[in-house]
Amino acid sequence: MPEIIDQIFVVIKHWFMGYVPGGIQPLASAVLSVVPVMIVFPVLFAITTVLERKGLGRMQNRYGPNRAGWFGILQPMADGVKSLTKEDIVPRTADQLVHFLAPVMLVIASFLVYAVLPIGRNMVIANLNAGVLFFFAIGSMVELSVFMAGWSSHSKYSLLGAMRAIAQMISYEMPLVLASVVVIMAAGSLSTVTIVNMQAGYTWIWPHWYVFTPWGFTGFVIFMIAATAESNRCPFDMPEGESEIIAGYYIEYSGFKFALFFLGEYLGMFATSAMAITLFLGGWAAPFSFLTWIPSYVWFFAKLLAIIFAFIWVRGTLPRLRMDQLMNFAWKFMLPLSLINIVGAGIWHFMPAGFGRWGVVSLLVALSCVLLSRGLRRNKWFHVRTYRFAT
Amino acid sequence: MIISFLLLASLTIIGTAAAMSLKNLVHCVLALTLGLVGLAGLYLQLGAQFVGFTQILVYVGAVAILAAFAIMMTRSADPTLSNATATFRTSGAVVAVVVFAVLAWAIYYGTAHQPIFTAQPEGSVGQVGLALMHHFVLPLEVIGLLLTAALIGAGILAMDEHRGNQ
Amino acid sequence: MSPLTGYLLLSAFLFSIGLAGALTRRNAILVLIGIELMLNAANLNFIAFWRYGPHPEALTGVMFAIFSIGVAAAEAAVGLSIILAVYRHSRTTDLDKLNSMKG
Repeated sequence: MPEIIDQIFVVIKHWFMGYVPGGIQPLASAVLSVVPVMIVFPVLFAITTVLERKGLGRMQNRYGPNRAGWFGILQPMADGVKSLTKEDIVPRTADQLVHFLAPVMLVIASFLVYAVLPIGRNMVIANLNAGVLFFFAIGSMVELSVFMAGWSSHSKYSLLGAMRAIAQMISYEMPLVLASVVVIMAAGSLSTVTIVNMQAGYTWIWPHWYVFTPWGFTGFVIFMIAATAESNRCPFDMPEGESEIIAGYYIEYSGFKFALFFLGEYLGMFATSAMAITLFLGGWAAPFSFLTWIPSYVWFFAKLLAIIFAFIWVRGTLPRLRMDQLMNFAWKFMLPLSLINIVGAGIWHFMPAGFGRWGVVSLLVALSCVLLSRGLRRNKWFHVRTYRFAT
Repeated sequence: MIISFLLLASLTIIGTAAAMSLKNLVHCVLALTLGLVGLAGLYLQLGAQFVGFTQILVYVGAVAILAAFAIMMTRSADPTLSNATATFRTSGAVVAVVVFAVLAWAIYYGTAHQPIFTAQPEGSVGQVGLALMHHFVLPLEVIGLLLTAALIGAGILAMDEHRGNQ
Repeated sequence: MSPLTGYLLLSAFLFSIGLAGALTRRNAILVLIGIELMLNAANLNFIAFWRYGPHPEALTGVMFAIFSIGVAAAEAAVGLSIILAVYRHSRTTDLDKLNSMKG
C-alpha cells in the first residue's frame, strides 16, 4: 500500500497513456510530465511570497500582510491582480525588443532546469546522462538575461545594478560548481537519478546522505552560500539593494514583466535548493529507515520547505554585504575552500573506512577554513606605511 | 531527424549572419548567443552530450558576457561611428565567398560518394572522463597551465594602471 | 547527399560567415567574435566526423572539440583585455584608425 501511494503519480500517468493513440505517445508523455511541474512550482512561488512577508514581519516584530483574507493567505492573488492590471511602462529610449525578451529568457531558463530534478522515486522529467552539467549550463543563461535587462533599460541605475549583479553571479558560480564536483566524484556519475539512488541506503537507521560526511557538509555549506549569492538574496542582495538603487537592474520594469522577474528569481532559488537537496540531502530519501513509508515526494517538498525557511530566516537576520566584501569572500575564501574540499573528498575515497578518514578530512577542512578566514581579515598586509604631517 | 537538423541549422545561420551584420553591437552579441545555442543543439543531435552542454556553459555563460562587458567598457555601444564596415569591405566579402566556394566544392566531391558509418556511438560522460585521464592526460594538464596563464595575463592587461601608483 | 555532407557544408558556411565578419567589420570586438565563430565552425566539423567516421569509440573528435572550446575561451579573454588596453591608450576601437604603431 505505501508503494502505491508513493508511485501514485507514475501510476496515474501510465493509466492516462493507455488512452493516448500510439502516434503521439512521446509528445503526450512529455506533456504529462511537464505540466504538473509547471503548475506546482509557481503555486509554491505564490505560497512563498506570503510566507516570506509574514516570516520577515514576525522576525521584525510586526505582523506581515493580514488584510487580504484569513491571516493574509490570499495576498498572492491580490499581488497577481495588481501586477496584471498595472500599466506596462517602457522608457522611450529603451531598446524595445531586448527589453521585452529579457524577462522571457529569464523565466525560460528558470523553468528549463526543473527537467533534471528528481521529485520522487521514478519521478524525473528527463533522466539525462549529464544532468548536473545541464543544470549548471542552463543556470548560466540567467546572467545573460540580467545583462539584457540592465542594458536595454537605458538608465544609469539599471546598468550599474546589472554590472554588479553579473559580477557577483559569475564570481559565485565557481564555488557552486566546485562544491557539486565533490558529490559527482563520490557518486561516480553526473546523472541526478544515480546520485539520489546512491544516497538512498541505510546503515541501521542512519541514512547515507552526503551531508553527513565532512566533505559533504562543507560542500553543502559552500553550495548554500553560493546559491544565496546566485539568487541575489540577502545578505548578497547588493545588486537589488532596496534602500540604495531601488531595484537595480529591473528598475524600469513595471506590471507583468516585473512579476516575471520576481517569478524567475524565486524559481531559480527553488531550483538551486532542489539541486542542493538532490546532491547533498538525499533527494527524496527519508531521513530514518523507519520513516520510509511516507511517500518520496512528501520528503522532497518537506526538505524544500525547510531550506526555503532557512533562506527567509537568513534574510531577516544578516546585514547586507558590501560589494568588495562580497567579492573578497568569493575569491579568497570560498574558491580555495572548495578546492581543498575536493582534495579532502579524494583522501576520503582512498582511505579505509573508519575513524581515521573522519579525523583526517575533518582536520584538513577545518584547518583550511580557519586559515582562510584569517587571511580574509589581513588585507592591509602589503600597504606601505605612509606618514601624514599636519601643515 | 532531418527536420530538426534543418531547424537548428537555420537558427544557427540566422544567428551568426545577424551577429556579423547588425549595426548595434549589443544586438550582435545577443544574435551570436542565439547562433551558439543553435550549434549546441547540433552537437546534442550528433550525440556529443558533454560538448553540447559545455558549449552552452562556456560560450553563452562566459564568452558572450565577456564580449558584452568589453562593448560596455569601450563605449562601442554608442552609435557614433559613421560606417559599420571597414574600408576593404568588398574585397573581404569576395574572399569569404571564394573560400566558401572552394570548401563546398571540396566537401561535395570529397564526401558525397563515400560510405559513412551510421552506428550511434556511445559518447557518454563517463567515457569522456576516462579518456581524459588515460589517453589525454597530457593535454589536460597543458590546458590547465594555459588557462592559468590566460587568467593571469588577462587580469594584468586589463588592470587599471593608475591604481598602482598611489 | 549524406548527413555528413550536410553537416560539413553547414560548417563551411559558418566558417565563411565568420571570415566575412572578421574581414569587413570596423570594430575590433566584432573581429574577435568572427574569429570565435570560425573556431566554432571547426568544432562542428570535428564532431560531425567523429559521429560519422570510423572508430568513434576512440573519442578523438570529442576530445579535440573540448580542448578547442577551452582554448577559444582563453583566447577570447586575452583578446578582449588587449582591446581594453588599446582602448585605454588611444580612446578608440575603430580598426581603420588604429593603423599606426607610433604613440
